Amino acid sequence: MDNAIVDVLDVLCPMHLLVGPTGHITHAGPTIAKLRAEQSLIGQRFLEVFAINRPRAVASMQDLAANVRKKLHLELRDARRTSLKGIMVPLPEDPDSMILNLSFGISIVDAVRDYSLTNADFAATDLAIEMLYLVEAKTAAMAASRRLNMSLQGAKIAAEEQAFTDTLTGLKNRRAMDTVLARMIAGGGSFAVMHIDLDYFKAVNDTLGHAAGDHVLQEVARIMVDETRESDTVARVGGDEFTVILPNIAGYQTLQRVGERIIERLEVPVPFQGQECRISASIGTVWIRAGTPAQAEEVLADADVALYASKRAGRAQQTFYAPELRRAANAEGPPAGRDSRAG
Amino acid sequence: MHGLINRSIQRFVCDGYGTETWEEVAARADLGLSGFESMLTYEDALTPRVLDAMAQVVGRPREELMEDLGTYLVTNPDFEAVRRLLRFGGVDFQDFLFSLDDLPDRARLAVSDLHLPGIELREHAAARFSLICEAPVVGFGHVMMGVLRVMADDYGTLALLEHTGSGQGFETLTIQLVMTDFAEGRHFELGAQVG
Repeated sequence: MDNAIVDVLDVLCPMHLLVGPTGHITHAGPTIAKLRAEQSLIGQRFLEVFAINRPRAVASMQDLAANVRKKLHLELRDARRTSLKGIMVPLPEDPDSMILNLSFGISIVDAVRDYSLTNADFAATDLAIEMLYLVEAKTAAMAASRRLNMSLQGAKIAAEEQAFTDTLTGLKNRRAMDTVLARMIAGGGSFAVMHIDLDYFKAVNDTLGHAAGDHVLQEVARIMVDETRESDTVARVGGDEFTVILPNIAGYQTLQRVGERIIERLEVPVPFQGQECRISASIGTVWIRAGTPAQAEEVLADADVALYASKRAGRAQQTFYAPELRRAANAEGPPAGRDSRAG
Repeated sequence: MHGLINRSIQRFVCDGYGTETWEEVAARADLGLSGFESMLTYEDALTPRVLDAMAQVVGRPREELMEDLGTYLVTNPDFEAVRRLLRFGGVDFQDFLFSLDDLPDRARLAVSDLHLPGIELREHAAARFSLICEAPVVGFGHVMMGVLRVMADDYGTLALLEHTGSGQGFETLTIQLVMTDFAEGRHFELGAQVG
């Protein structure tokens, strides 16, 4: 082929190959030549250097000749197995020879790095550089977006945590307790709900002041967390009202023990600025067995009924809910002082 | 103005003058926020307020600071992506200058809501150009001066740059290429992606 034409092709299509009638490469454009820097492509059999992946079953030059003017998917037969796209056209004045133009397609990013290619290796009209630019620019933009997402996520978690936390004691608040209870009910497993109301707390507040009261509440919170398991939820749901949700409860003995320990420890006087704060606690407990249908409001109301029974029986004790308690309570009127659910 | 622009101003102040200085700038500019996020968009009026506050707090002329900001953008290792993306524009400095016309479009390809001011290169004589910069924020031409000085070094080109005037929302730079192979320049590998 005319040298002048080859020069033109080298500029317009720096990744082209000329393949002679015997299937040997007779010329390689400057960029495609870089893919085999250690060994010249010229004189080698085209099908020994490149594998044709598509169309399938191209094993000879005759097969190739049947696929001129069609998109070819090729691969270099060397360690890097760089994939290429190409199109082959017979030379007008010598139809047994082929001109094959190649491009990297989607493998451009790896290829540029693997072969240290530069802007000058691509035709001025080739979009390869723009493609690389876009890949890099998008990666940088994504990294910036990811940073923003992470910081928003962090802020969201902190805000949620705050929304579910009682600020004085660090316990969960009523909202968190409602969420956990709903999850327990939906789970259908066994669990228990303990309503704990502090006894004589008002006296501490009234005689020793709010600072003493706050101090006692913090001590109470610490004790309740101590006396329960990691998987239990301890929430402060009112001024001196607490709710503990205990999943996977096997029987009343466990609940009895937990309740007794909490009361026992709460009765240890809490020193505050030279004074002793003495409180106790009344507990009402509901145990829901696995598979029992339950409703949150009903469970909480039952716990309240049991709590009221503890108060009535002289405080500082735990009562388990039973339907008879409700009948007894109804006979006597509603439990006093337990209607302030908003706290 | 886009958070990428605002945040780079913030980073420039923090890195150069300390976080406390930035807090002072933010307070003086009456930002109402402690800092900018790169991928959010902010009210246009905030940017000039920040720049004015920066000049007052730091006690240096605004043009000088704007040029430093331009230099900072293409030299700070944390902004290596900016330098690399600019280098994609051309194989030599002149080629790069011609690519500046496309800069806002290129930026939009990467981040669709990032609008950079328009730039137009005019060639007057061999190796003599002027760059007309749209300047929605006064002093944008000075930022370009800082960027171009570094990029000329990057390409190993000796170029004389001068800010030759502003008016009606445009600022003009003149560029005289003295030697295009003045120094080795910084290596640029297409495939050496950062980040």
